[in-house]
Amino acid sequence: MKELLLDALHNEALVYTLMAFVPLVWVVPFALFAVWWERKISAHMQDRLGPMRTGGWHGWSQTIADIMKLIQKEDIIPAAADRKLFILAPYLVFAGSYAAYAAIPFSAAYVGAGINIGLFYVISISSLVVVGLLMAGWASNNKWSLFGAMRSAAQIVSYEIPVALAILAVVMVAGTFDLQEINRLQTGWFWHWFVFQKFPFLFGALLIYFVASLAEVNRTPFDIPEAESELVAGYHTEYGGMRFALLFLSEYANMFAVSAIASTLFFGGWNSPFGDWLAGPVWGLAWFLAKGMTFIFVQMWLRWTLPRLRVDQLMYVGWKVLIPFSFVIVLGVGFWVMAVR
Amino acid sequence: MEETMTQSPAAPATVAGFARALKTEEMVISMGPQHPSTHGVLRLELVVDGEVVVDVIPHIGYLHRCFEKHCEHMTNYQQVIPYADRMDYVAAMSNEFGFVVAAEKLLKITVPERVEYIRVIMAEFSRIVSHLIAIGTYGMDIGAFTPFLYCMRDRERVLDIFEETCGARLLYNYMWVGGLSHDVRPNFAEKVKDFCRYFRPKIKELNDLLSYNKIFIKRTANVGVLPAAVALNYAVSGPVLRGSGVQWDLRKNDPYSVYPKLDFEIPVGKGLKGTVGDCWDRYMVRVHEMEQSVNIIEQAVDKLPSGDIAAAIPKRIRPDAGDIYVRTETPKGELGYYIVADGTASPFRVKVKSPCFVNLSALPAMSRGAMIADIVAILGSIDIVLGEVDR
Repeated sequence: MKELLLDALHNEALVYTLMAFVPLVWVVPFALFAVWWERKISAHMQDRLGPMRTGGWHGWSQTIADIMKLIQKEDIIPAAADRKLFILAPYLVFAGSYAAYAAIPFSAAYVGAGINIGLFYVISISSLVVVGLLMAGWASNNKWSLFGAMRSAAQIVSYEIPVALAILAVVMVAGTFDLQEINRLQTGWFWHWFVFQKFPFLFGALLIYFVASLAEVNRTPFDIPEAESELVAGYHTEYGGMRFALLFLSEYANMFAVSAIASTLFFGGWNSPFGDWLAGPVWGLAWFLAKGMTFIFVQMWLRWTLPRLRVDQLMYVGWKVLIPFSFVIVLGVGFWVMAVR
Repeated sequence: MEETMTQSPAAPATVAGFARALKTEEMVISMGPQHPSTHGVLRLELVVDGEVVVDVIPHIGYLHRCFEKHCEHMTNYQQVIPYADRMDYVAAMSNEFGFVVAAEKLLKITVPERVEYIRVIMAEFSRIVSHLIAIGTYGMDIGAFTPFLYCMRDRERVLDIFEETCGARLLYNYMWVGGLSHDVRPNFAEKVKDFCRYFRPKIKELNDLLSYNKIFIKRTANVGVLPAAVALNYAVSGPVLRGSGVQWDLRKNDPYSVYPKLDFEIPVGKGLKGTVGDCWDRYMVRVHEMEQSVNIIEQAVDKLPSGDIAAAIPKRIRPDAGDIYVRTETPKGELGYYIVADGTASPFRVKVKSPCFVNLSALPAMSRGAMIADIVAILGSIDIVLGEVDR
């Protein structure tokens, strides 16, 4: 895609800017859609209809109307808040989650930055988010917000370890950090996907990655930083209007980012499940998004089914269950890869 | 906040030394009166050390509506009933029941058997409604949103029966001193049986979704343990007391109305998933009580005699001077009415012994040393309605 644009425009700076905006074209409509989708999913799971009026067909424009409302809201910064940090935090959070999209391969023809350490980059850049969350909670100067921020910092830092170990297992099998290369290695019928390789180690890695990624994006059963019934709204209690919308947007952007990584690492990313059938860059994009959305659906499904863990239980699951198991998987895959060679 | 960040300059050599050097400070946070899980306008003053709660001080009174004083100014005993409705507004029928039983004892009148049976059916329905709300909101406190809406869906069915009978869905003014405001509809028995058939499988569904959910058990078992001795010392009643393993239910232990003629069991907490008297036990007692209420309703509707729906009482009730204390088992516990009559048409004094108020007083004893998330779980397991706590 970059080559195509370069041929057409002959201006490298312009091409890079355009390339950088491509994921935004996906992220914003996705967030709007996902919020509406979550409402509909939760409603149908709970024996109700959800939004039905706004826009006509099944309330399709409900979230657009919500965003319109949020834009019109008065911009309130609490008097006791740390003004600069309070304003900066949502941007930092969003920057962190958006930057991860640079290395996510949407299709064989498009990846924002085709760097050979893409996976490594994604893990590290998404850690930036926690700085923003901590900043938001601290700057609000609200005890509940502070609790939320401290919880999210502890949670994200702990759960990054099992995520990294699960990813390491895949990297050992693939032998590369390049996400496009990982995709190419899984080309063919669906049994070439990494989730079915080195059974059951990589399947276990998928489970660990998925559970830990739920914690990283603050979804139930790990939605402790914004536990509604305990902390009201956690770190974004004091935020309103567009600042709140930005925090919310980055939350949904994060949800898709972890789903995208899961589908790339374990489910062949943009590869068609059926060999050459409907393969190619454009179909590849559709496959990739479909796989990502499947994971989003699972996240929502879990959210509307499960209760929430307590803070200490969350730490128990992270340190005493997921990390030992991921070490076992890393060792198992390591020996397997070594022995087969 | 700044003080908590400063550290001692002395370099700690050991772990214990480090813990001493790291100056920690207790923080007071205010939970409520506007908070999603204080079940109304309750304010809890939490003294926390990090996530651990050192002390809890409940502040009540935000919903005080002078119920007792209002009663003194009624021109008729019947006029108290709508006010009684508004105490525990999720189980209004049970409140009315207590008051009319007390007033009838004061008047020394008996009501027709049909009235008693209808009252028992309605009171048990309101127990189901109250427990459904308690269970649903409890799930929400723990973080599971969906069971709440399932409970509300089933509650609608009961409210439909109430609405058909007396025209109201929340505050009924249905039981009057000496009788009822309306007789039940001709298809009442059929509707009630329909509901019982519908509701039994729903309890199982609720158990599958919430009660035996591993995370739910983790969050509630061994949390907020209230040993039987402590429970008795605090004089708690209802599911909170029975959750601690004490078999005490006024429907059996101090029977009123037609309860002695009905066959039912009193579920108690057994500590199946943790310790006797933990949050899960209190929760489970409510689930089992709903099953028992369905049994009671089925029996009562089968035995429902035909007859009049009002005793022959004068239009203007003037009890002789005297006083009476009557306690009944509402969904929340032991609701007592102490009525002093002075020979006029209005009560001289009405004092209410509120189960929620008493149960709430045991909250600090259950909460010390728990975590913030546990406070929400413990408070939910007590199942308070602020309308009744503050009156």
